[in-house]
This record gives sequence, C-alpha cells and structure tokens, in this order.
Amino acid sequence: MSNVGIVIVSHSPKIAEGAADMVRQMVGDSVPLAFAGGNEAGGLGTSVAAIMAAIERAWSEAGVAILVDLGGAESNSEMAVELMPEEKRGRITVCNAPLVEGAVIAATESSGGSSLADVKRTAEELGA
Amino acid sequence: MIEAIIQRVALTIIAEAEQLTALDQAIGDGDHGLNMKRGMEAVLAELPKLAGKPPGEVLKAVGMQLVMKVGGASGPLFGTFAMELGKTLPAEPTRADLAAAFAAAVAAVAARGKSAAGQKTMLDVLFPVAAALSAGASAPDIKAKAHAAADGTIPMKAIRGRASFLGDRSIGHMDPGARSSALMIAVVCDACGV
Repeated sequence: MSNVGIVIVSHSPKIAEGAADMVRQMVGDSVPLAFAGGNEAGGLGTSVAAIMAAIERAWSEAGVAILVDLGGAESNSEMAVELMPEEKRGRITVCNAPLVEGAVIAATESSGGSSLADVKRTAEELGA
Repeated sequence: MIEAIIQRVALTIIAEAEQLTALDQAIGDGDHGLNMKRGMEAVLAELPKLAGKPPGEVLKAVGMQLVMKVGGASGPLFGTFAMELGKTLPAEPTRADLAAAFAAAVAAVAARGKSAAGQKTMLDVLFPVAAALSAGASAPDIKAKAHAAADGTIPMKAIRGRASFLGDRSIGHMDPGARSSALMIAVVCDACGV
C-alpha cells in the first residue's frame, strides 16, 4: 500500500487499541495501521521492541507516522526509529500531536494520498 | 572487571527498587523502581554471555537490555548512557578517556531527553559528576558530589518528565532518576576508586 502508515503508541494497551479502532472507523483499510501499548511485562508503559514490530506491521513505502501519548512513549518511539534498518529510518517520524485526535487526523490525511511530511504537519497543527 | 562492577550496580538498583518507586510515587507515575528493577534483572541475565568481551561491547549490550526491557523513559535514557559510554570508551581507558567518554554519554542523555541542567532530572547528577571527573576529583569526592547533587534536586521545580505536570508541587521531592543515577555512580566509585 502506498499511503502513509500510522502507528499508535500508548502506555495503555486499551488506549492504543481503542485509538486504533477510532482510526479504522474513519479510514477503513485504506491506511496501514498498527498499535503498541504496554510494557514488556504487560503493565502500563511502552516497549521499544513492540514499537518496532508495530512500525513493521504498518510499513509503507510512503513512510510511517507515529503518534504517542506521554514522555516514555515518545523517547521509546524515537529509540525504536533509531534501531530500525537505515533504509527505513528516514521515512519514519514521531508526531508532536495529541494521540487520539492526532492519529485520526493523520490517518485521514494519509487516506487522501498525502506525503509523510503533510501527514505529520496536519497532525501537529492540532497542537498549535 | 567491568562485568563485576555492572553486577554490583544492578544488584544495588534492584535492592533500592522500592525506595525509587516511593520517590516516583510522590512526583511521577510510580513505576521507576519497578522498571529499573526489570531492566537490571535483564542485565544480570545477559552478563554471563558478555564475559571476557571488551568493556565497550559489554556496555553497549547492557545499554540495549535497558532500552528493550525497562519500559519507561528511563530505558532509553539509561540505555543511551551505557551505549554511548560503550561507544566512546577505548579497550584500556585512561582516566582522561573515562572523563571524555562520561561527558559524551551525558551529552547523549541530554539530547535523548531534550533536557538541560536545572530541570530536576538525572542530568542534575550527571553534569556535576562529569565536571568532577574531568577536574580530577577522587572517587570518594565524586561519590559525595553525586549524592549531594541528587539532594540538590529536592528544591527544584520539574520542567521535564511526568513530574513537570505537578508544577510547583514537584518542589520538595528528590527526583527519582537523579537518585538512581547517584546510586549507580556511588557503586562505581566504591568499586574502582577512580
């Protein structure tokens, strides 16, 4: 698929899954979508390995936009991007946007065929 | 030797996990001790596989365990510290090599956390320790400086991390990351008498 992929990263597995449900309701299957929530032990937190796996599931040649909730989700997502293969790294971006609203609007933008930069900008305009 | 020091660091953090969690319950999400304990247990499990490897490789592997297993922001922060230290440290480091590598690792943590000194974070311990290390301070002096610097976060207002949501209410509590940093530095000072 050539539309930009969306990855949702939350400390809470339920929030990650719920936000993904809201994205699906809006864009159906037109956008690659994956989520990662919870730490290695299944509690609240985030896991670099799970985020990397989510990036792979949502992979698109057009790139992947990651939406995060709080601090650790952001730093673990940035870490995950750095650990991805070099040929993919440059096409993955962490958006500075609210998680739920950002994911829905980013996916909507992506479903129209927008570039990764446009998807990111649209999501980040929410926070401005 | 480096494996023995890392083992002592890990055991100390595991032993102090409850106290670290208590600090984090006061001004954060209360998971710091548990997260660090999980990371350090993973490090302990990995150490036997690293026996005899150069210090740089050991530190990089330890950092990767912390990144993958901690589960909170501390994972990338402490993991980045260890990995950068491992990247910069030569096989048989001099005191000057150690000071330079430590400074590079602190800079990497600051970049990862998008943070600076005075924001009530682990950096408020790491920066003064880096300065003391460069200035040629003795191991006991560096240890004392690390603990004093962690105490110094008590009157600070948090600007970064979950504690920053509390604003002025973060004042009066020690930063948990500063405390765990001081604990680790104290163990290393005791072990190798820099």
